[in-house]
Amino acid sequence: MHRSVCAVALGSVLALTATACLGSDPEEEQDSTRNADATEVSLTITANAVAGGKNAEEAEWIENYVIPTFIEQQAEDGVTVTIEFQSSGVDDEEYKSRIALDLRTGSGADIVSIDGIWVGEFADAGYIQPLTDVVGGDLVDEWDGWEQINDAVQANMSFNDERYGVPAGSDGRVLFFNKALFAQAGLPEDWQPTSWEDVLEAGRALQGIEGVTPIQLNAGTAMGEATTMQGALPLLVGTGAEIYGEDELWQGNTQNIRDVLGLYEEIYTTGLGDPTLQQEAQGRDKSFAEFAAGQIGILMEGDYFWRSVIEPTAGVAPMPTRDEDVGYAMVPAMEPGSGINGQDFVSMSGGGGRVLNPATEFPQQAWELLAFMNSAEATKELVGDGARLTQRDDVNEEILANDPLLSFIAEEVVPLSAYRPGLAVYPEVSLALQQATLDVVTGVSPEDAAATYQTALEQVLGGADDIASD
Amino acid sequence: MSREDGSIAASASERGADRPVSGASEAPGKSTTVAAEPNQAAGQPEPARPSPPPIMTPRQVVGRIGFYTVIALATAFFALPMLWLVSTPFDDTPGLSISLPDLTLNNFRDLMDNPYALGSLLNSIVLAVGAALLVVIFAALASYSLSRVKIPGRDMLLYALLLLSSIVTGTAAMVPIFLMMFQLGLIDSQIGVILVLSGGLLPAAIFILKDFVDTIPKSYEESARVFGASSFQILRHIVVPVIRPGLATIAVWTVVNVWGNFLVPFILLRDTDKQPAAVLMRTFYTEGGAPNLALISTFSLLYSIPVVLMYLFVNRKYGFRFHGGIKS
Amino acid sequence: MAQTTSPATEAAPDEPDESASGGGTRDPADGGETDVVGLGKWRASAFVAPAMVLVAVFLVFPALWTLYIGVTNYRLTGVAARTPEFVGLDNYTQALGDANFLNSLYLTLVFVLFSAVIGQNGLGFALAWRLQDARGWVKRLVESLVLLAWILPSSIVAFLWIALLDRDSGTLNALLGTPGLAWLIEYPMASIIIFNIWRGTAFSMLLYSAALASVPPSQLETARLVGASRWQTLRDIVFPHVRGHVLTNTLLISLWTFNDFTPFLITAGGPNGRTEILPVYIYNTAITGGEMGYGAAVSLIMLVINLIIAMFYLRLLRERK
Repeated sequence: MHRSVCAVALGSVLALTATACLGSDPEEEQDSTRNADATEVSLTITANAVAGGKNAEEAEWIENYVIPTFIEQQAEDGVTVTIEFQSSGVDDEEYKSRIALDLRTGSGADIVSIDGIWVGEFADAGYIQPLTDVVGGDLVDEWDGWEQINDAVQANMSFNDERYGVPAGSDGRVLFFNKALFAQAGLPEDWQPTSWEDVLEAGRALQGIEGVTPIQLNAGTAMGEATTMQGALPLLVGTGAEIYGEDELWQGNTQNIRDVLGLYEEIYTTGLGDPTLQQEAQGRDKSFAEFAAGQIGILMEGDYFWRSVIEPTAGVAPMPTRDEDVGYAMVPAMEPGSGINGQDFVSMSGGGGRVLNPATEFPQQAWELLAFMNSAEATKELVGDGARLTQRDDVNEEILANDPLLSFIAEEVVPLSAYRPGLAVYPEVSLALQQATLDVVTGVSPEDAAATYQTALEQVLGGADDIASD
Repeated sequence: MSREDGSIAASASERGADRPVSGASEAPGKSTTVAAEPNQAAGQPEPARPSPPPIMTPRQVVGRIGFYTVIALATAFFALPMLWLVSTPFDDTPGLSISLPDLTLNNFRDLMDNPYALGSLLNSIVLAVGAALLVVIFAALASYSLSRVKIPGRDMLLYALLLLSSIVTGTAAMVPIFLMMFQLGLIDSQIGVILVLSGGLLPAAIFILKDFVDTIPKSYEESARVFGASSFQILRHIVVPVIRPGLATIAVWTVVNVWGNFLVPFILLRDTDKQPAAVLMRTFYTEGGAPNLALISTFSLLYSIPVVLMYLFVNRKYGFRFHGGIKS
Repeated sequence: MAQTTSPATEAAPDEPDESASGGGTRDPADGGETDVVGLGKWRASAFVAPAMVLVAVFLVFPALWTLYIGVTNYRLTGVAARTPEFVGLDNYTQALGDANFLNSLYLTLVFVLFSAVIGQNGLGFALAWRLQDARGWVKRLVESLVLLAWILPSSIVAFLWIALLDRDSGTLNALLGTPGLAWLIEYPMASIIIFNIWRGTAFSMLLYSAALASVPPSQLETARLVGASRWQTLRDIVFPHVRGHVLTNTLLISLWTFNDFTPFLITAGGPNGRTEILPVYIYNTAITGGEMGYGAAVSLIMLVINLIIAMFYLRLLRERK
């Protein structure tokens, strides 16, 4: 027994001493001008991108353009810079865990790509700091790039009204529809619904066509955040409420939520949608393939769908007739004027950006590199021949001229988009919401599903204090 | 576990399995009895020596058919899912279904274009071999001494370690492992990964190997001791050759576990050039999360080949057994 | 006592029945002497030391630390990451009161019972028994396939089964002529149970194969003479010999199956949580939900359950003597 007792005792003592190490190190006031005059600089960039895999374009841009060009520029000023790119290509959740661990130990890269909704929780945890604090002085505020970035987009990388990072792009949600199927069902080519009922009517008209699922509205937990962003939340803001309102209350069992769930019920219990698809592990990918094959009438998705999924040459589920057959319309509010801010049309936007590691050894140079990555030339270089929404208005004007959908989204949709709250508990709230949609799709009534949702929220938030309900 | 002399009886049975009854295991006495009745042996078949009847009875035929059906079903059950792995990489339009492929080697070419693919396989080998060496050597030493010397509390300790190893291989231990390795300065180091993985695998390895060693009779070691051999020499020259199948099995088991481990290398390594194949496999998805089946299936095939080869090699050379001092 | 060297050629006398120990407390039949080979406590410790050091640093320490996290509200991000608070047993009471946790526990027990205790054990034994008399090439073929299923890495195996069970283009539906049957949605638990049987039978099969080969042939022949049926032979002669092995095997595969994360790669917790076994539950709460403290607490609960299962088996083991 001696040996085992000893081992256990030793282990416990060590564990107890280790508990002190659990909390993050106290923030030491770092001098933001440290190493400002260094002539030999080394920096590291990290992103959830890897050459030959996920987000390969970004990885290749960083490795083949950003790094060599910046090094050249700095060399002209007599500064030798070495830059390393730490690639990664895994699920967002796993990437997030890894950079969280790095940031808490003050290690890891100097420039870190993060998703916009992580800003709040990382800031609360002390992992990141406002840009002006890290870099010091007015350098950040005086950057001319800010004028080119929409306020709302900037807000995506801000927390408590302070800028923590530079946004790396934006997106918007619309309703895609198949014009060929519409013609078959006698619906107009330039369809723009103005209420949920309009959408349902179009769906019912499509119901007559054999082998076609009229509407695909993401639901269920299998699709994860895609359910919330391309399903529940655009509907919710269409009823006039954001998931976390300005009154600092989360939407619980409210009429708004019940309305949203009611629409799900209408679609999935009257044959306008495919309930099984929402439960499959690969359901989202399958819905893409089905749309590309002309088997889905109306689909709510982000611009990513247009430029990366059904893109005729390089898409994941390429649709050769995309430009002729695919139409798009703004997402209507429940009824005209019932959206947030009294809007008739709504959308949600997401996107990520890049932050600076507060423990970086070269804050001034890191900011220079970050500003360079977000300059007009660099941004244009990233987009290359493709077309996508960048964070800069000037670049968008130039490159989106030839792509109608993307200019449409940049000009019409992004300005009226809402964003998700960057709070630590948001992922769990999102999960509860996904669960509620799943309940409805599998036959539970909206009232019951909303009640269950309320209970789940109370468990996540530790009480009903921060929850709005009626 | 099997008996002390399990090894002996087993080899006897292997030799005697196809022979009629009055074979190896009968005591000497009986054979004299047989020898003393020659006239009986001449005319009639001995009741104690049933020979298979010339024609199989219907019951036996059914039995045979049943036997082969069972074998066929088992073979089909185990082989069916693996067909995807051998057909899809060569398919021009890879999908989830197993169909006759439009043969092409393009997928392999595409895989080669990926800058990290082959390197990651090499990294996997490094991690696996490193961990296997560590585990085999340490487990052999530990299990031998735990088997031969009754240290108080050893069983409790082994069970406790076995249970704890399930925590450390789970997701909840991620943070402590990272923080500890950071303090030790072993982040982004393949050696760090090898140490962590070995630590997690050792308890079970010792557990299995100790059972193995328990079945080896101590007589050889005792006699060697009498002749003045040191413990280490005994271990090296007498015990190890006998437990080689067990060691080989532990080695294969370790390699298999390390080969497929994603979480530990992902958390501890930063440089993509050092990432093993298990991590790289997860990157063959597109921006929206759609799996790139061409790359995944092709890489899976390449990813599987080394482990399979290793198993075949070990099986041929040492036999693959988890228990008993039995040679295959 | 000079003896011949090769163990294969020695004819040792029949020993009395073995101590069926899975690392048990009874020593092999040498009268319970400790340290027969004269290792000595010091050298024995020295031999064990390297393993123990490695295990202490890289296993015991992080494991205990994790268990400690279980009594805090630690998160990886958010305010609780900066200043985690000691919450005592709150995580545990929360877990025991969480319907999802209890559901997960129930599913895990079902999973272990059917796929490991019954499935892998049964199939492994059946294959070992049947293959005893098989011809060489048949035996090698089947064994190789079974082992291949076990050797291939988890992420690949998951893909193979997703491809097999796919609703639209899966091979199983093609074979059975049931297009459109979503196995993973309508029969999720059955799917992962069969999957786990497929995956893990190799260990049981090998173990029983070795065990069966050690049953003394003399007794088998006696049974055949007496005219015992195959079933009677199995029951009265084979089982007593392999009893100890059955228990050890069942213990190991139960523990391994209990902690197996692989089903996540196939069903991600199943349609609506119907295959959310405990390892998946912990992943969902700790990584996706960010609640590390809670996840660690659930890990400890899992450990306790493993312990109970292990003790249950050990008790059975001891009663058999």
